[in-house]
Amino acid sequence: MDIMLILCIAFAIVFVLLAPFVGAIISGIDRKVTAKMQGRVGPKILQPIYDVLKLLGKESATVNPAQDFFVLLYLIFVVIAGIIFFSGLDFLLCVLIITLASLFLIIAAYSSRSPFAELGAQREILQVMCYEPMILIMAVGLFMANGAFNIYDLFNAQLPIIVYLPLIFIGFIFVLTIKVRKSPFDISMSHHAHQELVRGVTTEISGRSLAYIEISHWYETVLFLGWVAMFFIFCNPLVSAILCVASVIVVYFLEILIDNNFARVKWQSMLKYSWIVALLFGGVNILVLMVL
Amino acid sequence: MLDLTALYSISFLIFFPIVVALILLFVKNDKARKYIVGPASAIIIAAALFLSITFLPSTNAQNFYVTIDKSIAELINYICLFIDILLVAYIVFRCIKSKKFFVLILAILQLILVVWFELFVAPSIEVEFNLYIDTLSIIMALIIAIIGCGICVYALGYMHDFAAHSTCKDRSSTFFAIMFAFLGAMFAIVFSNNLSWMFCAWEITTVCSFALIGYTRTQEAVNNSFKALLYNIIGGMCFAIALVWSAYAFGVLELDSFVVTVASLSTEASYLSYIPLMLLAIAGFTKAAQFPFQNWLLGAMVAPTPTSALLHSSTMVKAGVFLLIKLSPCFGFNLSGYFVMLIGGVTFVFAAFCAISQSNSKRVLAYSTVSNLGLIVACCGVGTSAAIWAAIFLLVFHAAAKSLLFLCVGTAEHHIGSRDIEDMDLLFDRMPMLSRFMSIGILGMFIAPFGMLVSKWAALVSFVQTEDIIIIILLVFGSAATFMFWAKLLGKMMASANNFNETLEKSIHNSEWVALCLMVFLTVGLCIAFPLISSGAVVPYVSNIFNEGSDFIGAGMHWFLALLSFVIALIFLAYTPKTKNKKIQPVYMSGIGINSQERSFINSLSGETKATQRNWYMDNIFPEKKTSLAGIIVSIALIFSLGFFAIITTSQVVEDYRVLAVASSAYHENDWKSLEIDQATFVSSYILVNQKYEESPESFDSTYGSSDVNSYFSDTYNKYAQSQTSTASNQTSDTTTTNDSSATNSTSQNPTSNEGGE
Amino acid sequence: MSGTKKSPWIIHYDGSSCNGCDIEVLAALTPLYDAERFGVINTGNPKHADIFVVTGAINEQNKNVVKQIYDQMLEPKIVVACGACACGGGVYRECYNVSGGVDQVIPVDAYVSGCAIKPESLFDAIVAGVEILEQKRQALKKSNKAKPNISTKDKA
Repeated sequence: MDIMLILCIAFAIVFVLLAPFVGAIISGIDRKVTAKMQGRVGPKILQPIYDVLKLLGKESATVNPAQDFFVLLYLIFVVIAGIIFFSGLDFLLCVLIITLASLFLIIAAYSSRSPFAELGAQREILQVMCYEPMILIMAVGLFMANGAFNIYDLFNAQLPIIVYLPLIFIGFIFVLTIKVRKSPFDISMSHHAHQELVRGVTTEISGRSLAYIEISHWYETVLFLGWVAMFFIFCNPLVSAILCVASVIVVYFLEILIDNNFARVKWQSMLKYSWIVALLFGGVNILVLMVL
Repeated sequence: MLDLTALYSISFLIFFPIVVALILLFVKNDKARKYIVGPASAIIIAAALFLSITFLPSTNAQNFYVTIDKSIAELINYICLFIDILLVAYIVFRCIKSKKFFVLILAILQLILVVWFELFVAPSIEVEFNLYIDTLSIIMALIIAIIGCGICVYALGYMHDFAAHSTCKDRSSTFFAIMFAFLGAMFAIVFSNNLSWMFCAWEITTVCSFALIGYTRTQEAVNNSFKALLYNIIGGMCFAIALVWSAYAFGVLELDSFVVTVASLSTEASYLSYIPLMLLAIAGFTKAAQFPFQNWLLGAMVAPTPTSALLHSSTMVKAGVFLLIKLSPCFGFNLSGYFVMLIGGVTFVFAAFCAISQSNSKRVLAYSTVSNLGLIVACCGVGTSAAIWAAIFLLVFHAAAKSLLFLCVGTAEHHIGSRDIEDMDLLFDRMPMLSRFMSIGILGMFIAPFGMLVSKWAALVSFVQTEDIIIIILLVFGSAATFMFWAKLLGKMMASANNFNETLEKSIHNSEWVALCLMVFLTVGLCIAFPLISSGAVVPYVSNIFNEGSDFIGAGMHWFLALLSFVIALIFLAYTPKTKNKKIQPVYMSGIGINSQERSFINSLSGETKATQRNWYMDNIFPEKKTSLAGIIVSIALIFSLGFFAIITTSQVVEDYRVLAVASSAYHENDWKSLEIDQATFVSSYILVNQKYEESPESFDSTYGSSDVNSYFSDTYNKYAQSQTSTASNQTSDTTTTNDSSATNSTSQNPTSNEGGE
Repeated sequence: MSGTKKSPWIIHYDGSSCNGCDIEVLAALTPLYDAERFGVINTGNPKHADIFVVTGAINEQNKNVVKQIYDQMLEPKIVVACGACACGGGVYRECYNVSGGVDQVIPVDAYVSGCAIKPESLFDAIVAGVEILEQKRQALKKSNKAKPNISTKDKA
């Protein structure tokens, strides 16, 4: 028990300290690969870090002090959700806390009362509504395959849960595109050039707060890729490590590929497709698990 | 000693509010009313606290029953009957006045049934314990006392403003009288073990809510009040029929022995319980405003806000789910369980979908109530220890957060002149404290780490454990929709333009502040005390019922969540935006913004234009009428198909039992001559008994007095053959039917007593 | 370490012009020239931008627009006037309603000559402007240190 506790705490600390760097580098690689796909040279790998450092050095000005406060809460709760996940605790709790975090982002956008940010916030709410069923079904699937919501129990499993949850995995990859804000589902805010919403939820968030948003995105990226890796963990540490890394690379490359090959969809389509996917892939997978 | 204390404190809780109600009926002066309502509320809360502190330790171990002198109990029976008649007389009077003859006919039919039952059936059934205290009733009593009285105090200031705002005649004295009578009736519901007393209180709440909804006496209010009355009389009717049924089939009139009897029935015998259980469930559905009965609760919005708060949080709807939670050990993996679970699940999803398209904040709250109660009902239907744990917590947290929200909306409505969500824009600036209270209420309703969501999490776990895919799918989509409608309401309220100069809060009455603070304290305090409530009351209660613990989230996690909710609540309540060290910029308007608060800008023709921004209501995707119609169709289809199925199985089982009973009593009495028994009956009894033997050979001995099925039948056949040769049967058929019911009783309740016949 | 020099985000505004420079600025942001390799992002939002790229002359109509966009940008910030019109009014200089170059309204840090400008010269200007940006950042840091009550709050 004590060794478990120490391990948990160690993982949590490693996550808090390393995740931003890993996330930044993933984000840098993302931009580089995207540039290559578009026949460009692209920025340096460390570009996201330069951006954030610059933002941290900017003057402190805001439309609304409450907004900056909520952005800070967003960052804090993303980190808490990550700690819960990477210390091997309850997956469902992690999902619930990350939803709380996105609620703070939504409130931050609303509180600025800018028309662009507010519209972005409403689209963000819609995005949560789109991915929530699939993510909850994923949690249910985890519970059924693993016998508990705890992540550390996966290390005792004979087989990785992907064997039991192949359809749920596909459905999750589908909504992951919404969660990591990739085209075609980047309707509330985009990493790319300006859109009809200016910058959606982050329109009024500037300077230091914008840097916090970027850092939260790094944490989030690592967390969500951790969710991907979760599907490949089992009792053999070496094989599962290889599988996890490979799956994370493949999945993230797939996301970049999707990002560059699809135009942004209307929100109606996003709602329709994500719910159909949740119902079909999630529902069928759970049904099969129950029958077995 | 404790026995007497229990009797006195229960009767005090029931009758004191009614006495206060009678006094208030004649107090026309606002000031005098203030001096009655305040102290009376304090006394009721104190009494409830006293009761809970005194009895919680003992009820955690086992239910505490109160014995009442037979003659007094009989007197109360007649009083109940008298009240029933009085209530129906009132309904008839109002129906004739408003020409609602359908309701009138139903009310009279129900009265006939009840009078017949009370006078001719009930006296023959012995009721050992008329009143009881268990942990759930203590929890309910605290909710009713604290939240209900809080709302009454709130109403003092509110009704003062209401009389000034509205055009209708000020009948505040009646209003307050009914509110208090309502509380008394609720206490009677939660402490009555005698089902016919409970029924009487049940009907009082129906009539009270009818009177409260129709308070303004406008055409709309009257129509909606009759709608509420109609649905609840249908529910009352179902309750009455279930009462009669359980008296006949199981010979019980006590809630707890009904539950014990039904829950311990063998598989076939339990088929007999489906119809009374489903009828009681429907009674619960009508009170808890489940689909297809949800319309009355939405119609109830025409009443003054304290009414809505009372109906939604601590009384009316909670009576419905209270009954279902009490019955939940009987549900689970059987027809009635699926019935309750599916109706709850369907309600949860469709009500959440309906709420998305609402811009009227009170309707959003109403749909969210319906939706959350649906979840509670679904948990009751699942009927496992984890599910009941979740159901109780959902009930508790919902009561606190929902009353807070209603009271906030009511106050906001009086100060901004609208209950529309779009008009609540900038509430954060205009009513800073109120909007924080309201955001605490909203957060408490739908987001982790607050209690409501933790309970929902527990519900999800219990659904997964039962491995029922439909309810899981309903839950996940319903949760998504719940996030949608709450988040956009919360967002709209949190919008701020840094202009705190025009606060509207100065004119809020002190009584309103007292009630609002009480509700905030409760909402947050319950979330913090959550681990204590769980280990101190709910877990013992659940393990009493199911004989198993239910610690599936883990105590450490409880404390973590409690701490987290405390921190978040503190942040929301205490945070004040500091603008001192930061440059404040105008919002970006793609050009020249003029005024951030107005969101006005210079357009390309140098004129001034205002940007407007409404929330999304997605009317074309979740149109309210079509969505609720779909929900109603699905739920009615469920009620009728499962009801039909229940009737078919019941009649099948009744027939089987008749056959078995006839054969078995003949066997035990060794009196084949006096019974009319033909070849076919004998053969089918042979088949049934054989089946029973194959199902459980070890218990066969105790039921049939023979360890081996073959010797049992050879023995039986010999006796039967003798009787057939010696005499011809000449019995009348009504002997068979009376034997039928008595034999059913004996097999289901007391199988060992049959051995005496050997 | 500061990222200011490596991450110049721009916002582009086109005043009273023939749209030649406007098109050239957009051309410079296309994959062919790949401005992102210098960390340049066209934000379209003054609150996120560091460099205000203005093309075209200033007239009475857009004067306040330019002013407000400039005001909404956070320090450190620089303004690059692109093309003859933005630098001094160009062919529109004598027109009614035209006040002249961008420097009539807001302080300009870099001027790009040409009618229309070339993408290469725009890059030159941005690279030069980044140096000024860095200087301004250091000046801002110093002034913040001079007022400790603000800087400590900022860090918290």
